[in-house]
Amino acid sequence: MVNFMYEERRITAGIIGEIDHHNAAMMRRKIDMELKERVPEEMVFDFERVTFMDSSGVGLIMGRYRLMNEIGGKIIIKNASDRIKKVMKLSGIDKVARML
Amino acid sequence: MKNEMKLSFLSVSENEAFARTAVAAFVAQFNPAIDELADIRTAVSEAVTNAIVHGYKEEKGYVHLTVKVSDDRVVYIQIKDSGCGIKDVKRAMQPLFTTAHDDERAGLGFAVMESFMDKLDVKSKYGYGTKVNMKKILLSSENEEY
Ligand SMILES: Nc1ncnc2c1ncn2[C@@H]1O[C@H](COP(=O)(O)OP(=O)(O)O)[C@@H](O)[C@H]1O
Ligand SMILES: [Mg+2]
Repeated sequence: MVNFMYEERRITAGIIGEIDHHNAAMMRRKIDMELKERVPEEMVFDFERVTFMDSSGVGLIMGRYRLMNEIGGKIIIKNASDRIKKVMKLSGIDKVARML
Repeated sequence: MKNEMKLSFLSVSENEAFARTAVAAFVAQFNPAIDELADIRTAVSEAVTNAIVHGYKEEKGYVHLTVKVSDDRVVYIQIKDSGCGIKDVKRAMQPLFTTAHDDERAGLGFAVMESFMDKLDVKSKYGYGTKVNMKKILLSSENEEY
Protein backbone atom coordinates (compact mmCIF):
# COMPACT_ATOMS: atom_id res chain seq x y z
CA MET A 1 0.00 0.00 0.00
CA VAL A 2 1.10 3.59 -0.59
CA ASN A 3 -0.12 6.72 1.20
CA PHE A 4 0.55 10.11 -0.30
CA MET A 5 1.19 13.43 1.40
CA TYR A 6 1.56 16.72 -0.42
CA GLU A 7 3.46 19.89 0.51
CA GLU A 8 4.16 22.63 -2.02
CA ARG A 9 6.17 20.93 -4.78
CA ARG A 10 6.92 17.80 -2.82
CA ILE A 11 5.17 14.45 -2.69
CA THR A 12 5.84 12.00 0.10
CA ALA A 13 5.00 8.39 -0.66
CA GLY A 14 4.61 6.45 2.56
CA ILE A 15 5.03 2.82 1.66
CA ILE A 16 3.26 0.32 3.88
CA GLY A 17 3.96 -3.41 4.02
CA GLU A 18 6.21 -5.68 1.97
CA ILE A 19 7.97 -4.58 -1.22
CA ASP A 20 8.52 -7.59 -3.45
CA HIS A 21 8.04 -8.20 -7.17
CA HIS A 22 4.33 -8.93 -6.72
CA ASN A 23 3.54 -5.77 -4.72
CA ALA A 24 5.97 -3.47 -6.53
CA ALA A 25 3.87 -3.47 -9.70
CA MET A 26 0.88 -1.97 -7.89
CA MET A 27 3.05 0.52 -5.99
CA ARG A 28 4.70 1.64 -9.21
CA ARG A 29 1.33 2.33 -10.87
CA LYS A 30 0.10 4.38 -7.92
CA ILE A 31 3.27 6.42 -7.58
CA ASP A 32 3.54 7.11 -11.31
CA MET A 33 -0.04 8.36 -11.42
CA GLU A 34 0.82 10.92 -8.74
CA LEU A 35 4.04 11.90 -10.50
CA LYS A 36 2.27 12.49 -13.79
CA GLU A 37 -0.52 14.47 -12.21
CA ARG A 38 1.55 16.70 -9.96
CA VAL A 39 5.04 16.84 -11.49
CA PRO A 40 6.76 17.50 -8.14
CA GLU A 41 10.26 18.86 -7.59
CA GLU A 42 10.88 16.39 -4.82
CA MET A 43 9.71 12.85 -4.33
CA VAL A 44 10.18 11.48 -0.83
CA PHE A 45 9.93 7.75 -0.13
CA ASP A 46 9.13 7.06 3.48
CA PHE A 47 10.16 3.54 4.46
CA GLU A 48 9.08 3.76 8.08
CA ARG A 49 6.29 1.21 7.65
CA VAL A 50 8.03 -1.12 5.22
CA THR A 51 8.28 -4.56 6.82
CA PHE A 52 10.18 -6.34 4.03
CA MET A 53 12.05 -5.39 0.90
CA ASP A 54 14.07 -7.38 -1.64
CA SER A 55 15.80 -6.15 -4.80
CA SER A 56 12.40 -5.46 -6.41
CA GLY A 57 12.26 -2.43 -4.12
CA VAL A 58 15.53 -1.19 -5.60
CA GLY A 59 14.00 -1.53 -9.07
CA LEU A 60 11.00 0.48 -7.90
CA ILE A 61 13.13 3.32 -6.49
CA MET A 62 15.57 3.33 -9.43
CA GLY A 63 12.69 3.56 -11.90
CA ARG A 64 11.18 6.52 -10.05
CA TYR A 65 14.63 8.11 -9.78
CA ARG A 66 14.86 7.99 -13.59
CA LEU A 67 11.42 9.58 -13.98
CA MET A 68 12.24 12.33 -11.52
CA ASN A 69 15.54 12.91 -13.24
CA GLU A 70 13.74 13.39 -16.55
CA ILE A 71 11.55 16.14 -15.10
CA GLY A 72 14.49 17.73 -13.28
CA GLY A 73 13.41 16.68 -9.80
CA LYS A 74 15.10 14.63 -7.12
CA ILE A 75 14.29 11.81 -4.79
CA ILE A 76 14.82 11.41 -1.07
CA ILE A 77 14.73 8.17 0.91
CA LYS A 78 13.56 8.46 4.49
CA ASN A 79 13.45 6.11 7.48
CA ALA A 80 14.99 3.07 5.76
CA SER A 81 16.10 0.39 8.24
CA ASP A 82 19.71 -0.84 8.21
CA ARG A 83 18.54 -3.99 6.43
CA ILE A 84 16.83 -2.02 3.66
CA LYS A 85 19.85 0.27 3.37
CA LYS A 86 22.04 -2.81 2.93
CA VAL A 87 19.97 -3.87 -0.10
CA MET A 88 19.95 -0.33 -1.51
CA LYS A 89 23.70 0.06 -1.17
CA LEU A 90 24.29 -2.92 -3.46
CA SER A 91 22.77 -0.78 -6.22
CA GLY A 92 24.63 2.43 -5.51
CA ILE A 93 21.30 4.23 -5.20
CA ASP A 94 22.63 5.86 -2.04
CA LYS A 95 24.95 7.84 -4.33
CA VAL A 96 22.16 9.40 -6.40
CA ALA A 97 19.48 9.84 -3.76
CA ARG A 98 19.64 11.55 -0.43
CA MET A 99 19.04 9.13 2.46
CA LEU A 100 17.57 10.59 5.62
CA MET B 1 17.76 -31.75 16.17
CA LYS B 2 17.52 -31.95 12.44
CA ASN B 3 14.61 -31.44 10.11
CA GLU B 4 13.68 -31.17 6.47
CA MET B 5 10.77 -29.94 4.35
CA LYS B 6 9.69 -29.81 0.73
CA LEU B 7 7.24 -27.53 -0.98
CA SER B 8 6.06 -27.30 -4.57
CA PHE B 9 3.95 -24.43 -5.79
CA LEU B 10 2.80 -22.83 -9.01
CA SER B 11 4.75 -19.96 -10.54
CA VAL B 12 2.37 -17.14 -9.67
CA SER B 13 3.72 -13.98 -8.07
CA GLU B 14 1.46 -14.33 -4.99
CA ASN B 15 3.65 -17.30 -4.05
CA GLU B 16 6.73 -15.10 -3.58
CA ALA B 17 5.40 -14.00 -0.18
CA PHE B 18 4.08 -17.48 0.57
CA ALA B 19 7.45 -19.14 -0.07
CA ARG B 20 9.59 -16.77 2.01
CA THR B 21 7.06 -16.83 4.86
CA ALA B 22 6.88 -20.64 4.82
CA VAL B 23 10.67 -21.01 4.91
CA ALA B 24 10.97 -18.46 7.72
CA ALA B 25 8.29 -20.29 9.74
CA PHE B 26 10.12 -23.59 9.25
CA VAL B 27 13.53 -22.23 10.21
CA ALA B 28 12.07 -20.36 13.20
CA GLN B 29 11.91 -23.63 15.19
CA PHE B 30 15.72 -23.48 15.41
CA ASN B 31 15.59 -20.12 17.20
CA PRO B 32 17.68 -18.18 14.71
CA ALA B 33 18.65 -14.58 15.36
CA ILE B 34 16.18 -12.07 13.92
CA ASP B 35 18.77 -10.92 11.39
CA GLU B 36 19.57 -14.45 10.27
CA LEU B 37 15.90 -15.12 9.65
CA ALA B 38 15.53 -11.86 7.73
CA ASP B 39 18.58 -12.75 5.60
CA ILE B 40 17.03 -16.11 4.72
CA ARG B 41 13.63 -14.57 3.99
CA THR B 42 15.19 -12.05 1.59
CA ALA B 43 17.36 -14.60 -0.23
CA VAL B 44 14.43 -16.99 -0.69
CA SER B 45 12.30 -14.16 -2.04
CA GLU B 46 15.00 -13.39 -4.64
CA ALA B 47 15.43 -16.97 -5.82
CA VAL B 48 11.70 -17.70 -5.97
CA THR B 49 11.00 -14.44 -7.79
CA ASN B 50 13.67 -15.35 -10.35
CA ALA B 51 12.10 -18.76 -10.96
CA ILE B 52 8.70 -17.13 -11.51
CA VAL B 53 9.76 -14.02 -13.44
CA HIS B 54 12.68 -15.33 -15.51
CA GLY B 55 12.39 -19.11 -15.42
CA TYR B 56 8.73 -19.51 -16.31
CA LYS B 57 7.87 -15.98 -17.54
CA GLU B 58 4.27 -16.10 -18.78
CA GLU B 59 4.10 -19.90 -18.59
CA LYS B 60 2.92 -21.68 -15.48
CA GLY B 61 5.10 -24.35 -13.94
CA TYR B 62 6.10 -25.65 -10.53
CA VAL B 63 8.76 -24.17 -8.31
CA HIS B 64 10.28 -26.77 -5.98
CA LEU B 65 11.70 -25.70 -2.67
CA THR B 66 13.64 -27.84 -0.20
CA VAL B 67 14.91 -26.77 3.21
CA LYS B 68 17.19 -28.94 5.35
CA VAL B 69 18.60 -28.03 8.71
CA SER B 70 21.46 -30.14 10.04
CA ASP B 71 22.42 -31.00 13.63
CA ASP B 72 25.05 -28.29 13.61
CA ARG B 73 22.53 -25.58 12.69
CA VAL B 74 23.34 -25.25 9.03
CA VAL B 75 20.37 -24.39 6.81
CA TYR B 76 20.47 -25.72 3.25
CA ILE B 77 17.93 -24.29 0.81
CA GLN B 78 17.32 -25.37 -2.75
CA ILE B 79 15.01 -23.58 -5.19
CA LYS B 80 14.46 -25.35 -8.48
CA ASP B 81 12.49 -24.55 -11.62
CA SER B 82 12.04 -26.30 -14.94
CA GLY B 83 11.85 -23.05 -16.84
CA CYS B 84 14.00 -21.59 -19.60
CA GLY B 85 17.36 -21.93 -17.88
CA ILE B 86 20.30 -19.54 -18.01
CA LYS B 87 22.71 -19.41 -20.96
CA ASP B 88 25.64 -17.85 -19.13
CA VAL B 89 25.40 -18.22 -15.35
CA LYS B 90 28.57 -16.31 -14.58
CA ARG B 91 27.31 -13.30 -16.51
CA ALA B 92 23.81 -13.56 -15.00
CA MET B 93 25.30 -13.43 -11.51
CA GLN B 94 27.15 -10.17 -12.08
CA PRO B 95 25.64 -7.32 -10.07
CA LEU B 96 23.28 -5.09 -12.11
CA PHE B 97 23.01 -7.63 -14.96
CA THR B 98 19.40 -8.21 -15.95
CA THR B 99 17.53 -9.44 -18.99
CA ALA B 100 14.31 -7.78 -17.83
CA HIS B 101 14.95 -4.02 -17.92
CA ASP B 102 11.40 -3.27 -19.01
CA ASP B 103 10.11 -4.96 -15.93
CA GLU B 104 12.26 -2.68 -13.72
CA ARG B 105 14.38 -5.50 -12.40
CA ALA B 106 17.46 -4.15 -10.66
CA GLY B 107 19.80 -6.99 -11.58
CA LEU B 108 20.64 -7.49 -7.92
CA GLY B 109 18.91 -10.74 -7.00
CA PHE B 110 22.03 -12.89 -7.07
CA ALA B 111 24.05 -10.13 -5.38
CA VAL B 112 21.52 -10.09 -2.53
CA MET B 113 21.59 -13.90 -2.20
CA GLU B 114 25.36 -13.83 -2.18
CA SER B 115 25.69 -11.12 0.43
CA PHE B 116 22.92 -12.38 2.74
CA MET B 117 23.78 -16.09 2.72
CA ASP B 118 27.00 -17.94 3.55
CA LYS B 119 27.13 -19.82 0.29
CA LEU B 120 25.41 -19.59 -3.09
CA ASP B 121 25.65 -22.07 -5.92
CA VAL B 122 23.72 -21.78 -9.20
CA LYS B 123 23.40 -24.60 -11.70
CA SER B 124 21.43 -24.14 -14.87
CA LYS B 125 20.84 -25.92 -18.11
CA TYR B 126 19.68 -23.70 -20.93
CA GLY B 127 16.24 -24.86 -22.05
CA TYR B 128 15.74 -27.13 -19.02
CA GLY B 129 15.78 -25.13 -15.82
CA THR B 130 17.71 -23.74 -12.90
CA LYS B 131 18.76 -24.91 -9.44
CA VAL B 132 19.82 -22.46 -6.77
CA ASN B 133 21.50 -23.87 -3.66
CA MET B 134 22.13 -21.69 -0.65
CA LYS B 135 23.54 -22.28 2.77
CA LYS B 136 23.21 -20.29 5.97
CA ILE B 137 24.99 -21.08 9.21
CA LEU B 138 22.90 -20.19 12.24
CA LEU B 139 24.97 -18.97 15.15
CA SER B 140 24.39 -20.45 18.58
CA SER B 141 20.87 -20.34 19.89
CA GLU B 142 19.90 -18.29 22.90
CA ASN B 143 17.25 -20.77 23.93
CA GLU B 144 19.55 -23.77 23.86
CA GLU B 145 18.19 -26.74 25.78
CA TYR B 146 20.64 -28.31 28.19
N1 LIG C 1 15.56 -19.10 -12.47
C1 LIG C 1 16.02 -18.43 -13.55
N2 LIG C 1 15.69 -18.84 -14.81
C2 LIG C 1 16.14 -18.17 -15.89
N3 LIG C 1 16.92 -17.06 -15.82
C3 LIG C 1 17.27 -16.61 -14.61
C4 LIG C 1 16.85 -17.27 -13.40
N4 LIG C 1 17.37 -16.59 -12.36
C5 LIG C 1 18.07 -15.59 -12.87
N5 LIG C 1 18.04 -15.58 -14.22
C6 LIG C 1 18.74 -14.61 -15.12
O1 LIG C 1 19.75 -13.94 -14.38
C7 LIG C 1 19.54 -12.51 -14.43
C8 LIG C 1 19.98 -11.86 -13.14
O2 LIG C 1 19.16 -12.25 -12.06
P1 LIG C 1 19.06 -11.29 -10.78
O3 LIG C 1 20.43 -11.02 -10.26
O4 LIG C 1 18.10 -11.87 -9.82
O5 LIG C 1 18.51 -9.92 -11.38
P2 LIG C 1 17.04 -9.54 -11.89
O6 LIG C 1 16.08 -10.57 -11.39
O7 LIG C 1 16.79 -8.20 -11.31
O8 LIG C 1 17.12 -9.53 -13.38
C9 LIG C 1 18.07 -12.35 -14.78
O9 LIG C 1 17.82 -11.13 -15.42
C10 LIG C 1 17.83 -13.55 -15.70
O10 LIG C 1 18.28 -13.28 -17.00
MG1 LIG D 1 16.02 -11.36 -9.54
